[in-house]
Amino acid sequence: MSDSALDQARKRTGRMTGAEAIIRSLEAEDVTICWGIPGGAILPLYDAFMRCDHSIQHVLVRHEQGAGHMAQGYARATGKVGVCIATSGPGATNLVTPIADAFLDSTPLVAITGQVPTHLIGTDAFQEADITGIVMPIVKHSFLVQTVEDIPRALHEAFHIASTGRPGPVLVDIPKDLQQAEFDFAYPATIELPGYSAEFPEVPASIAAAATMIAQSKRPVIYVGGGVINAEASEDLILFAETLQAPVTTTLLAKGAFPDSHPLSVQMPGMHGSKYANWTIHRSDLLITIGARFDDRVTGKLDAFAPGAKVIHFDIDPAEISKNRRADVTLLGDLKRTLPALREAVVETRNAERLADQRDWLTDVQGWREENPFRYMKGEKLKPQYIIEQFDRALKGKDAIWVTGVGQHQMWAAQFLSIDGPRRWLTSGGLGTMGFGVPAAIGAQQGCPDAYVVNFDGDGCFQMTSQELATAICYDVPVIHAVMNNGWLGMVRQWQELFHDERFSETNLFGTIPDFVKLAEAYGCLGLRAETEAEVDAVIEQAIAERRPTVIDFRIDHDEKVYPMVPAGAASHEMIDQVWDNDWVEEGV
Amino acid sequence: MATPGHHTLSVFVENRPGVLSRVCGLFSRRGFNIESLAVGPTERTDRSVITIRVDCTRHSVEQVVKQLDKLIDVIDAIEVEPDSAIERELLLVKVKAEAEHRLEIMRMAEVFNARVVDAGATTLLLECVEHPDRLAALEELLSPYEIVEAVRTGRVAMTRASIANETARPKLNILG
Repeated sequence: MSDSALDQARKRTGRMTGAEAIIRSLEAEDVTICWGIPGGAILPLYDAFMRCDHSIQHVLVRHEQGAGHMAQGYARATGKVGVCIATSGPGATNLVTPIADAFLDSTPLVAITGQVPTHLIGTDAFQEADITGIVMPIVKHSFLVQTVEDIPRALHEAFHIASTGRPGPVLVDIPKDLQQAEFDFAYPATIELPGYSAEFPEVPASIAAAATMIAQSKRPVIYVGGGVINAEASEDLILFAETLQAPVTTTLLAKGAFPDSHPLSVQMPGMHGSKYANWTIHRSDLLITIGARFDDRVTGKLDAFAPGAKVIHFDIDPAEISKNRRADVTLLGDLKRTLPALREAVVETRNAERLADQRDWLTDVQGWREENPFRYMKGEKLKPQYIIEQFDRALKGKDAIWVTGVGQHQMWAAQFLSIDGPRRWLTSGGLGTMGFGVPAAIGAQQGCPDAYVVNFDGDGCFQMTSQELATAICYDVPVIHAVMNNGWLGMVRQWQELFHDERFSETNLFGTIPDFVKLAEAYGCLGLRAETEAEVDAVIEQAIAERRPTVIDFRIDHDEKVYPMVPAGAASHEMIDQVWDNDWVEEGV
Repeated sequence: MATPGHHTLSVFVENRPGVLSRVCGLFSRRGFNIESLAVGPTERTDRSVITIRVDCTRHSVEQVVKQLDKLIDVIDAIEVEPDSAIERELLLVKVKAEAEHRLEIMRMAEVFNARVVDAGATTLLLECVEHPDRLAALEELLSPYEIVEAVRTGRVAMTRASIANETARPKLNILG
């Protein structure tokens, strides 16, 4: 919306129903698209969508979980707040998974749910569920609106809370009778939340302490999390890293926050990260943590993580500081302010002499990287890593957004894709939601219509949300869904093979998997298949050229595993790597 | 008892529906252990104070306070330092009091500033507002006579009037 139209939307007043007030509030928040499904308790809002003139596109999905993930995909690709809508009861409970996903991955999301009329609340009425109670531990905040006059304020606060500080999901539950009631609408100009602030004062002493630590460090490493993307601070990070000449490791959520192709990048740390990232962290004497939270998939055994390192921790959420790993210096607040401030403080000390001190460290890191790249062995069967490499090549130089489900294919994509910009890699990290890929990719594509959006999915994940292919067809959303079909719940199978004596309990999907080409065609999508390396390029080219909703069934080697790997509970530098030595990797660093 | 790992938190909240369940839900979700809890109005009608006694042997009290502070309806959460605060709790206790013990019990009550608020044929009902440690001591002394029933409100706390504060409710220094 243009600035003047937005200004007008915020100044609108007049008598209207609560339902229209929801629409006017969304306009005032510059919402142009939302995802949902109507139902009894949210009917007045849907009636208003049809009755009123407005500028919001509503996307009708096939399952409310799809609406939530589409809103997430949109939010993460564009940086704007994603909005999803559902009715009371089952509609609302179907949003629980995306809300939890948005909570763990700090995604700005506003979920609007209808609720039974106020006089029926608490009576176990038809389609009544206490959704604000259900989502309490997985939202940044929630509102159960009590009067029609409260609707604009609740939505205004919801968008403010969802999008500022550490972003997250906010649920606004609006009883049906309030949607029908009339009142005099005016959009609040201010926010009154005395218990909420995303602003932190500058602390020069902390900057000075951090600068001293950097000056004393011989083996620094920068450990970057998704917070850099939320803060839009990638450029500041690149400058900071180049000033320090320190290696940079980006977590699964941070992929793209620092260019994978940058010479200082050591890619992903953690369970399926690079050996060189984990070794760099293990040997470091200073861990400069930026918008990351020491997740167990990153740290492995916590007390063996970066055992010789002091910690500088940048974050916008004070509760992340010293939650898992004690911070020696804390820099709270917006990275757009704190990163340049620390850079300013150290830039003069990073002279040639000082950087020479660090040369051995960079040489070590470089050596580990050259000797231990992500790799795989070619075989008779089609390898998923090859497919990912070919996709990466095919879209090089184009604006591509990569989305994944959760499991082996997700890790292969994280390892083998080279992504150089933020908001171009969307994956479910914290919650690990299988089924995220299809809807998140659709939402991302709707937010970035000119980008090429590829969803790398697994056959297990794909079947959890494939009904949204109907949404893709309805709205002509040309995502390419590249299904790494191995006929198994592959990551679980990998754990069963490695840690449960090959007892493959309930992980074999083979024989019950539908023909994905026919399934695609049944929805009206383009369906393609590749079973050998020789067939891969042709299907990729065709999918890119046709630019319409597409499913590619890649029949991959079901025995392929994700390596290297830190077994659960092990120290993060102790990685197993079957292909080359089939044993624990020597500590070696 | 003043056990290490036990802390008193004063949580200043907006007086809104659901705020108590948000606070309590946080405790159970994060694995923090509530020992006692008291909720009530404050000098402002739109604010309440929740006083929580928490067992922090598993988590740092800083982490508890930071998580509380993250709740939107929580305006401020502070740890009450025992040395600089007055802590009180109300005890109602019904104790067996046969004729030969009545005077003895009443004298003991006096020592603890407890009042006899009701009397039956064989029991006395005492009320005592004191520091929780003193209430525990009173209960212990009464136990040989047999305590029929006892109920406590949970502690409330306030920084001493003699300690000068720029504001009545100091903001926790989270910047360390």
